[in-house]
Amino acid sequence: MQSHQQFAGSGRAVYIVDGARTPLLKARGRPGPFRASDLALQAARPLLLRQPFSADELDEVITGCVMSGPDEANISRVIALRLGIGEKVPAFTVQRNCASGMQALDTAARNIALGRSDLVLAGGTEAMSHAPVLLAEPLVHWLADWGRARSPGQRLQALARLRPRHLKPVIGLLLGLTDPVVGLSMGQTAEVLAYRFDIDRETMDRFALRSHQRLARAQDQGHFGAEMTVIYDHAGHWYDHDDGLRRDTTLEKLATLKPVFDRPFGKVTAGNSAQITDGAAFLILASADAVRRYDLPVLGRLLDSQWAGLDPAQMGLGPVHAMAPLLHRHGLDSPDIDYWEINEAFAAQVLACLRAWQNPDYCREQLGLERAFTPIDEDRLNVDGGGVSMGHPVGCSGARIVLHLLQVLRREGGRRGVASLCIGGGQGGAVMVESTGEVA
Amino acid sequence: MNAPNGNGHWRLDTDADGIAWLALDRQGEATNVLSRSVLEELENHLAALAEDRPTGLVFLSAKPNGFLAGADITEFTRIRTEREALELIRRGQDVMTRIASLPFPTLAMIHGFCVGGGLELALACDYRVARDDPSTRLGLPEVRLGIHPGFGGTVRLPPLVGGIQALDLILSGRTLDARRARRIGLVDHAVPERHLRAAARHLILHRPPRHRPDWRGRLSNWAPVRPLVASLSRRRLAARVSARHYPAPYAALDLWRRLADRPAAMMQAEAASVARLVTGESSRNLVRAFFLNERMKGLGKADRFEGRHVHLVGAGVMGGDIAAWCALRGFFVTLQDQSPERIAPALQRAHRLFQRRLRVPRRVQEAMDRLLPDPEAAFVHRADLVIEAIFEDREAKQALYRELEPRMKPEAILATNTSSIPLQELAPALARPERLVGLHFFNPVAKMQLVEIVCGPDTAEETQALARAFTRRIDRLPLPVSSSPGFLVNRVLMPYLLEAVELESEGVPAPAIDRAATDFGMPMGPIELADTVGLDVCLHVARILGEELGTEVPERLQRLVEQGHLGRKSGAGFYHYRKGRPVKPRQRAVTATDLQDRMILRLLNEAVACLREGVVADADLLDGGMIFGTGFAPFRGGPMHYITQRGAEPLRLRLQELTRSYGSRFTPDPGWETLIAGQNRQEEETPGAH
Repeated sequence: MQSHQQFAGSGRAVYIVDGARTPLLKARGRPGPFRASDLALQAARPLLLRQPFSADELDEVITGCVMSGPDEANISRVIALRLGIGEKVPAFTVQRNCASGMQALDTAARNIALGRSDLVLAGGTEAMSHAPVLLAEPLVHWLADWGRARSPGQRLQALARLRPRHLKPVIGLLLGLTDPVVGLSMGQTAEVLAYRFDIDRETMDRFALRSHQRLARAQDQGHFGAEMTVIYDHAGHWYDHDDGLRRDTTLEKLATLKPVFDRPFGKVTAGNSAQITDGAAFLILASADAVRRYDLPVLGRLLDSQWAGLDPAQMGLGPVHAMAPLLHRHGLDSPDIDYWEINEAFAAQVLACLRAWQNPDYCREQLGLERAFTPIDEDRLNVDGGGVSMGHPVGCSGARIVLHLLQVLRREGGRRGVASLCIGGGQGGAVMVESTGEVA
Repeated sequence: MNAPNGNGHWRLDTDADGIAWLALDRQGEATNVLSRSVLEELENHLAALAEDRPTGLVFLSAKPNGFLAGADITEFTRIRTEREALELIRRGQDVMTRIASLPFPTLAMIHGFCVGGGLELALACDYRVARDDPSTRLGLPEVRLGIHPGFGGTVRLPPLVGGIQALDLILSGRTLDARRARRIGLVDHAVPERHLRAAARHLILHRPPRHRPDWRGRLSNWAPVRPLVASLSRRRLAARVSARHYPAPYAALDLWRRLADRPAAMMQAEAASVARLVTGESSRNLVRAFFLNERMKGLGKADRFEGRHVHLVGAGVMGGDIAAWCALRGFFVTLQDQSPERIAPALQRAHRLFQRRLRVPRRVQEAMDRLLPDPEAAFVHRADLVIEAIFEDREAKQALYRELEPRMKPEAILATNTSSIPLQELAPALARPERLVGLHFFNPVAKMQLVEIVCGPDTAEETQALARAFTRRIDRLPLPVSSSPGFLVNRVLMPYLLEAVELESEGVPAPAIDRAATDFGMPMGPIELADTVGLDVCLHVARILGEELGTEVPERLQRLVEQGHLGRKSGAGFYHYRKGRPVKPRQRAVTATDLQDRMILRLLNEAVACLREGVVADADLLDGGMIFGTGFAPFRGGPMHYITQRGAEPLRLRLQELTRSYGSRFTPDPGWETLIAGQNRQEEETPGAH
């Protein structure tokens, strides 16, 4: 019985006390109003302020972030100090690409399980619209020469060597979304999966449409009220909803979009991929001791987590590789899980996961399982929309889906849930949570 | 080592390199000023040092708060005659000249404030280094006291930083931080504490040439160019202050224009000019205003208020701006209103304020990080002070208090920014009315220094003290007032505004009315002021005061509000506004009789009534309140002081005349009796005083 309360089968139990996130703001071709640390602050500040403990009683702050700004080195510490948590609370940043936010939760949970921490602020933040635009390397060399040129003659010579191609900027975001080992863009890995599992364009577009419809319904019913904080910029604007939603989208409109990654014959379009988005989500994790000491409310328990690696060219199947051992270890099958959040990096990628999950050959050959899992009930998967409709701020999503999963479980009266993401570079991550209101 | 024969204000140490470090540590005071005894002792030191011939001499301060705050202003008030003044000034000038002529390098090592005579001492040195941190301020703010630099500052500054920069500093009286001082050459180095001594030592030991201004600065000092620069400066000055009310900057400008290339003559003229100014009416009253300011500062002990978190309810212009001001001054602030769309504009204004005040992006961010929107009032329970600034409605405020009070920390204070509702009408909504106090701010919050501390009959002494302390923490001036209608400032101002409105409806052109008031020395005419405050707000206050005090609300005001002409904010009121500025039609000369007296005397009459009723504790606080709350002509020393100077008796007679001509609203308040009796008594006691 005792082992049932433990995190990952050993160590102390880990509780999720509370959480908050910003609205996800779609990148509109230029830097958005918030940097990554600004977003984190807007999510975490009200979260901390509504707790019964004072912020300096936290043991540590762990933040997932893929591309913090050049002026935000170890962004977790920047956030902690800007939050006024106090200089004595240490903070560090974790990076596992698209699952950085989930990595932060997992690391926090492990430290609590080990007894090293009792109270941790953990989450993720990403301002993808602020991804740096870099100078091409030849231009950097040229600038070095220019710096050394002293006399007018030398300067003239240096100027004569400058070519228009030197001035072409390097878009950091595109580099970040391209696998550095296999050389495929993330969209191309989705094309690989679409080909392998024979997923046609219409099925992808249907999935995308459903994601928007679900998000629209969830917004209308106020399902994000409990997790979202309104955020404000300096120019008199405020943001209170995920603004990537297209209420007017239809299958016909989605069908008109051109493929963006494999032109001209590909199937993955901007319409059936996750949006480039800014956002942050933070949670407070606590040991049973801390819950009792501060009489904290409990949202749920973090039961277990799993990381897995696979072929980078098929990184979209990461969730299958992470969820399979997780469920297997606990002797569970799909029907034992009440709700699922599988991050929608691409419609094709989630659809491929669903197919692989129930495919005996795939489960046997790739996962070493005797038989396939029962199909996941799509009515219990991403019930309020996902990355395709609300966006995927890479560092944030892992924390966001865990927070939202707990909200869904509570709302629908479910007990157990699994949240999972695919990770650029060929990995998958998954956590299992349980909705509970109290410390066992 | 010790002072040759002083009483120990200065401390001299000589180091291994033979550099003499002369530290000022004024006995028995927290702040260094150039008092008579400090100067005397310095003279002795200089005489001894001239004999000893050290490698160099460094002036520094042993006080943590700053280098040297300038002349001792209390000594100003004791000066009776121009001759006495001249003697004092010449003596100060002589000390500075002796420093300047020492045969070894001299340097001022500056931290904190270095203003007025303090900067003039630094200017007499060959070099200056300043500690680069936010507390360091350098400047020549003499004009704010109605004089200009008198210890050689007007002579030594222009050749150092150039005519344009020098005039800017002397005429505006503004102060610079270390970096800006470095940029214009006022100091040679602006370095952090850890390099301050090294920088001083380096300059003394290496003796680089003294700083010279760039070509523009040198050009502006050149005789053929000076008249042009001077006339431009004069025009800019005239847009700000009148030569009749504030002669000091005009005198300084004149000195520079005439004598900038004849230092010896300029030094003499400087002394004569300051001697004349310091004994003049304008300076006396500005010095008075300075001491009123000091007294009001002393009404609250900033460190008594230990809270960190202020919760503001109401993100309108007042509430939002109070929130921003508190965040700027270091408080953590949560800002509550009914919806994000009400809060968002307040954050935008806050950001603009922070950018203007703090400039450095990192510090702007810090301030923004301290200001947190709270539309759900989720953080009231953490606040040490809750300030309510919602619309003026008794029921709404009471309902809000009932909601807030149970959620507040037991020791937290509840303050209302109401401008018209007496506290005793709000207190019944509270279980603990002793914690309710009024903090009445003025618009614009970032500019207006005064905060009326409104104490109702239930307000506990402790609550009042904490409210005053808080006011000091945010660097505002507390003025305790009783909870009577309109408190002090609005009540005294309202008859003056209403009389102006009355004049306007009689057909006197608005610009002429405003002109009469600014001629008196008001910073803005009453008609423009009404437009700026908002005619709806004026009407509201006028109605409430009218009910309580039996004054009439002019029909013209009601009609304008009904038509939606609310003043500046709606684009039209009494004036039409283009880009936020009133369009004042060119007017022919208007000769309306009694124009100025009708407005000013109603103001004075109300002031007398307030004093009689005990709205404020005494006449000086009343003057301070009106000067810092409304900008009431500071060179006139405040309304009560003005009454004393013009004589209570003739003013009452004038009121009686006006009553006969214009009606009962001019009926002199019974309080005049007491004033007249008091003045008569004083005259008997001190024969010769006017």
